Amino acid sequence: MTGMERRRLVLGLLFVSPCLIGLAVFTLYPLAASFYYSFCDYDILSEPLWVGTANYAEMLGDDLFWKSLYNTCFFAALFVPLSLVLSLLVAMLLNQAVKFRFLFRALFYLPALVPIVAGAMIWLWIYNGEYGLLNYALSRIGIRAPQWLADPAWTKPALVFMALWGVGNTIIIYLAALQDVPVQLYESAEIDGAGFWAKFRHVTIPMISPVIYFNLIMGIIGAMQIFTRPYIMMERGGPDNSALFYTIYIFQNAFRYSRMGYASAMAWTLFVAIVFLTWLGSKSASGKIHYEGR
Amino acid sequence: MRSIGAIIRSAPRLARSAAVIAAAAAFLSLPGGCGDAGGKGTAPDGRVVISYWEKWTGFEKDAMQAIVDDYNTSQSRVRVELLPVSDISQKVMLASAGGNPPDVAGLYSDDVFPYARRGALIPLDSLGALERVSKKDYLPVYWRQCEHFGMLWALPSTPTSIALHWNKKLFREAGLDPDRPPRTIAELDEMCDRLTVVELWRNGEMARVRYSELSEDERRKKDFRIVRLGFSPLEPGWWSPYWGLWFGGRIWDPETKTLTPDSKGDIEAFEWIRSFPERYGVDNIRSFDSSFGNFASPRNPFLSGKVAMELQGVWMHNFIEKYAPNMEWGAAPFPTKDGKGTVTVAESDVLAIPRGAKHPRDALDFILYVNRRKTMEKLCLLQRKFTPLRAVSPDFYARHPNPYIKMFRSLAESPGAYGTPPIPILNEYADGLEAAAERVFFMIDTPRDALEGVRKRFEKRLRQYYKRWAMVKDRRLEEWRRTR
Repeated sequence: MTGMERRRLVLGLLFVSPCLIGLAVFTLYPLAASFYYSFCDYDILSEPLWVGTANYAEMLGDDLFWKSLYNTCFFAALFVPLSLVLSLLVAMLLNQAVKFRFLFRALFYLPALVPIVAGAMIWLWIYNGEYGLLNYALSRIGIRAPQWLADPAWTKPALVFMALWGVGNTIIIYLAALQDVPVQLYESAEIDGAGFWAKFRHVTIPMISPVIYFNLIMGIIGAMQIFTRPYIMMERGGPDNSALFYTIYIFQNAFRYSRMGYASAMAWTLFVAIVFLTWLGSKSASGKIHYEGR
Repeated sequence: MRSIGAIIRSAPRLARSAAVIAAAAAFLSLPGGCGDAGGKGTAPDGRVVISYWEKWTGFEKDAMQAIVDDYNTSQSRVRVELLPVSDISQKVMLASAGGNPPDVAGLYSDDVFPYARRGALIPLDSLGALERVSKKDYLPVYWRQCEHFGMLWALPSTPTSIALHWNKKLFREAGLDPDRPPRTIAELDEMCDRLTVVELWRNGEMARVRYSELSEDERRKKDFRIVRLGFSPLEPGWWSPYWGLWFGGRIWDPETKTLTPDSKGDIEAFEWIRSFPERYGVDNIRSFDSSFGNFASPRNPFLSGKVAMELQGVWMHNFIEKYAPNMEWGAAPFPTKDGKGTVTVAESDVLAIPRGAKHPRDALDFILYVNRRKTMEKLCLLQRKFTPLRAVSPDFYARHPNPYIKMFRSLAESPGAYGTPPIPILNEYADGLEAAAERVFFMIDTPRDALEGVRKRFEKRLRQYYKRWAMVKDRRLEEWRRTR
């Protein structure tokens, strides 16, 4: 390394140092610390006490842990496929050459701009069992609607429905991908006699498959970490803990019960679960994704 | 019981979410310590600055500010700076962990035990507090919640007790004597049926009738809509872990230090909770519940006349004055199963000195100033509570705006006054009991199964806790005993 190169290296490192230091102090250190604490009994104020794998072992026998895991998986299993299909459908509609297309696009994206907290407060009203807009509308067509947020059977579907309202970002990503599909492919397919369905099946889907894959992975990661909406709407996990999601239970353990060790162990377990699901997603998608560049 | 104070006094949900983020940020920066909570040292005028964090806002904060101002003018050596802080229990804990807590923390009485056992507070007796105050100056229920492991960890500021509140107008309409509240649980249930109004179809017409006037068949079918409820054990439900007390039960045995959530009285209480949905219908109650507005609003179910009787604290008077000033109401001891004696849950706000405080002795001086009879009475009058001190000035009650203040005070004086039990895992345990009450109320579980489930779950947790405590106990006790 010449003097010049070394100087440049130092200078370069100096320029990126705020980022590196930030990463080290605010991400890497807490990450490492939480891994260490996950093997400790730690209540924030007293010194952490090494307990080996006791926290992990405790999870196995903790009913609420399993309940929160079940709730989270239930939510993810319902939300992820629905959001993928629904947002693709909307994106395809928004990709049609119709009048006021820009207006429709803006309208569908708008919910994604509403701050989550504000959105949650509005949905609290929409879902209100007695005065809510939704139940009023349903009663007008003769449906006796459930108590969305008070009935354990309906809290999760209500949250899924609400989350689907805000899939604007996924729509935008799909839309960009749809616009990227070369027109000549559709033209050749048409010459070959392909109809709408055949074009969708053999041109659109393969061409946007990387984006579907991206949305799937991001959807899983997001759904497994659902926190803000249920925390605001049903702070303590809702009726019969039906909206006690994994991250909410982590939060309760960490900040309400001061059980940082247990919460850290739960957080690491979630991390491993997400890595596993992502791996599963990529495994099942391998060979089915068409990258244009290759 | 954390929820009580938090729900009443504190901030709306938005602010709470902000607090979550703040707490998370504070957690991330544990090792370095951050911000400047206390320890400003001295003011430009040479005075020692004492930082004091308090949970109160609004008129309660103004009341304390007046006391702080009095203190600051009463001497020239120290200046107390009062800072209102939301989610105080969490923030003080994180600030202490960060090594930069305030000098004085306005906590809740149920914080004292968990804080103390984690070594988060400085024992006041180690600073010489007992030379200036003593146990016999205070009502025992409040002192008990400040004294643990044979040491004094905090002193009360303003106390509370809870009682039955009832709507006299609704009593009159139901043909009940508006000045005669129920004295036994059976009486309460009977009055509840008469006060409850439902809507149902009768001979092709929508009729509005009292539950007590329904036919046997109509009661069985439960095909009605509740318009008003006489009483609901889950409205507001802040004390649902403690319902057993009114039935002679306990959730904690202080002698053996074991959890007793399925004692006879507790099971009876939970059977009583179950009797409400059995009479009025789970779905009917659920639908009725969702029509309630926020606690601090005119749509509060008690203030708007949707619920005729409620278990509430001494503060309810303030909310009645603010949101339903024309309401005719009364307050009396909540009925017990056998109608003998009185029972209440008595908690208080407390002042404590977090470990790591920069000026503990000056902080104690301020706390003791607040605990002088004259100061305490001024604070309690402004906050509309009664005093936790045994001695009361002759004109205190005459000057008090709450017409039932003497009753609240006598509840706190009685042997049936219970403070928060010193259970190491109280937060979790109370949450578990609350969830169990909900499961019973919505008929998902039977009282016995729900309570036995709670016992099994938390017995295990408690054993874990004791195991860990055994490892650190000697070191902690040594730490506390060391004179400072």
